[in-house]
Amino acid sequence: MPRILILFAHPRLEKSRANRSLIERLPEHRSITFHDLYEHYPDFNIDIRREQVLLGKHDILVLHHPFYWYSMPPLLKQYIDLVYAFGWAYGPGGTALKDKHCFHVLTTGGNEQAYSVEGFHGHTLHEFMLPLKRTATLCGMRWLPPFTVQGTNRLSDQDLKHAAEHISSILHGLAEGSIDPASLVTMDRLNDIPQDRR
Amino acid sequence: MANFLANAVVYLAAAVVCVPLAKRLGMGSVLGYLLAGIIIGPYALGFIGEEGKDIMHFAEFGVVMMLFLVGLELEPAAFWRMRKQVLGMGSLQMGITTALVMGIALVMGFTWQAGLAVGLALAMSSTAIALQSLKEKNLTHTAAGKNSFAVLLFQDIAVIPILALLPLMAAGVLKSNGDQHWIDGLPGWQRTLVVLSAVSLVIAAGRYLVVPLLRLVASTRLRELFVASSLLLVVGIALLMETVGLSPALGTFLAGVVLANSEFKHELESDLDPFKGLLLGLFFMAVGASINFELIIARPGFILMLTLGIMLLKTGVLIGIAHRARLAFDQRLIMGSSLGQVGEFAFVLLAFIAQLRIIDATWTDTLMAVTAMSMTVTPLVMLANERLVLPRFGTLEQEEKEADAVDVKNKVIIAGFGHFGSTLGRLLRANGVESTVLDNDSDQVDLLRKLGFTVFYGDATRHELLEAAGARDADLLICAIAPESASTLVEVVHKHFPHLKLYVRSRNRFDAYDLMDQGVLHIYRETLDTSIRMGVDALRDLGFRAHTATRAGQDFRRYDNAALKKLAALRHDKGAYVAGARESIAEQEDLIRSDAKRDPTNMDHAWDSEEMRNAAGHAR
Repeated sequence: MPRILILFAHPRLEKSRANRSLIERLPEHRSITFHDLYEHYPDFNIDIRREQVLLGKHDILVLHHPFYWYSMPPLLKQYIDLVYAFGWAYGPGGTALKDKHCFHVLTTGGNEQAYSVEGFHGHTLHEFMLPLKRTATLCGMRWLPPFTVQGTNRLSDQDLKHAAEHISSILHGLAEGSIDPASLVTMDRLNDIPQDRR
Repeated sequence: MANFLANAVVYLAAAVVCVPLAKRLGMGSVLGYLLAGIIIGPYALGFIGEEGKDIMHFAEFGVVMMLFLVGLELEPAAFWRMRKQVLGMGSLQMGITTALVMGIALVMGFTWQAGLAVGLALAMSSTAIALQSLKEKNLTHTAAGKNSFAVLLFQDIAVIPILALLPLMAAGVLKSNGDQHWIDGLPGWQRTLVVLSAVSLVIAAGRYLVVPLLRLVASTRLRELFVASSLLLVVGIALLMETVGLSPALGTFLAGVVLANSEFKHELESDLDPFKGLLLGLFFMAVGASINFELIIARPGFILMLTLGIMLLKTGVLIGIAHRARLAFDQRLIMGSSLGQVGEFAFVLLAFIAQLRIIDATWTDTLMAVTAMSMTVTPLVMLANERLVLPRFGTLEQEEKEADAVDVKNKVIIAGFGHFGSTLGRLLRANGVESTVLDNDSDQVDLLRKLGFTVFYGDATRHELLEAAGARDADLLICAIAPESASTLVEVVHKHFPHLKLYVRSRNRFDAYDLMDQGVLHIYRETLDTSIRMGVDALRDLGFRAHTATRAGQDFRRYDNAALKKLAALRHDKGAYVAGARESIAEQEDLIRSDAKRDPTNMDHAWDSEEMRNAAGHAR
């Protein structure tokens, strides 16, 4: 059974309706580890060895964060800068992350229309995510499409609840082995996975 | 020898039975010793008879030792700052009390000489009882504690001129006795010279002779030899002072002040403390045993009235001068109740007065009984003040006015609101978290009340107080009181309020170990963060980039906490207790050794490491 590590980063969770709602409904599962980075490292003093051991124990990496300035919050970036170390994650002998699956769970304020060539931002979300994708593939990880919750400012509580249940069922399926990560590679987003009717 | 052993068994057994009992009942050790003395004394079980008085003279040495230890706590600069309090408060207390007693005595038909002598004797308070009780109640550093100490110090000093003065009041029949000092034979100016040189000898020797000597003794690493030198020091000074006709208590106090800055301060304290404790205990027992119950039974009403009258008068005077010195209401009451008794120096003065026949023997006997009685009831009076009077009329009075304040159930209780606790409380408050504060400095309490804090006054280790502060409904208890009391508080919380999360400040690693042993999870060493922050700034000043230095500091902090846990385990392996200073040195050694083993590269290459450049070279 694959083990899943959720690296969650939100500097002001108490102000984020969308992300609170998403993590409140995460499945309790013995092979899912939820790691709240801002709660664990409020001083940005990341324990590199500890994190490397933690990463080594998991097969699927989920980076869950708001999409700040077309990227991630600073602590998650710091995490990657420090923990994905030369000679460990990449470079000679750097194979610790090789063959793990990796995907992002993203929240954006703008809706899907805004993240399009014609839209407000002028590029698609996938274009913006290119550096994130290359980071994963440089370390030999298998890149999976993101799960996105977009236009969060206009979503109702009901919409958020629905999205939370959706990602929760996906994570549950992955943990149980009923969803094969290899089958997801070609999808546009994980949101396209039909919601499991448990 | 057998007699000595039998006596020792009687005293020790009485103390061992009575003192824990008294403490359990919340009465303090002084009352326990006094009761023990009464029980083994001639009027109850009769284990000891008239020798009680001799033991008292011997045990008075406990007071001398106590003043040495008090001096050790007080650095010369602090002592100098106190001079106004000592002279001001002290002379007012002595002057007014003596004048009032003398006035009453004149009305009762005594001669003015007799009145003055009795007044001076009765103006004395008990250093032994007052200081011991204040210390047990953690009140030494409050305004009441400091002023009480000033008054007591003045009295201790005043005993000497009074002893010199008394013979002048004896109606012409000055008979010389064997007790006279050689110094009395000298002309006045020589006498002054001798006294002055004795005092300067104590100060100079303390500074230039004692410390090197102690260093020499310490280097032998024989603990008992150090104890012997400590005792020799105190006894020697006491003897010197006696010889020149000064108060031994004053002399040792001075020596203590001189040694307060030396590196042996704590060693001396811990070595002499048990002796002081035992001798004081013996002294209190002797006081208890020497109460003349026959006299009391013969005229119970009269003696009771006299005791009550004198204590009321003394307490009144004290409250008056405390009021003039602008102490808070409850501080005045504490000061009045702790110094309201007639003290041990009265025994000395009364004995001398009897010898000089200034007043007749039945009166001195009566007054001695009154003195002993007043000393016995003092702990009770203080207890009544603390439990019955202060909660009703002290600083808590405002509490009862605000009915809704009782409903405020704060999630956080802060015990101890000194510099540490108050900074913490302000941080919480700035973020909208109100806390209930417990502190035993009433001036502080008043101020905090005015600022709108919910404050309870008193000893945070008492579970009744915690109960009153809402410990049942609170989530968190932050303990920022002195380490000695902190472990008691932890015990009380574990026993009565197991649901409370405890956050405990510790002073250093050793406190932290003790707290870890008690099962405390959240321990904060107050020396850790400050020293690391300072080290980080030092690194920056030496040219390190700020972020690098900060990360190095964070890294070191984590490493040091891990080392703490490791050494805590190691400490239990060592088994035997290694004494004070040496334990600390051994610890430093262990720490520095493991520092050397540590890998300082923190894996943060920031895309520019030697390794990386080498790898790039290979690729090319």
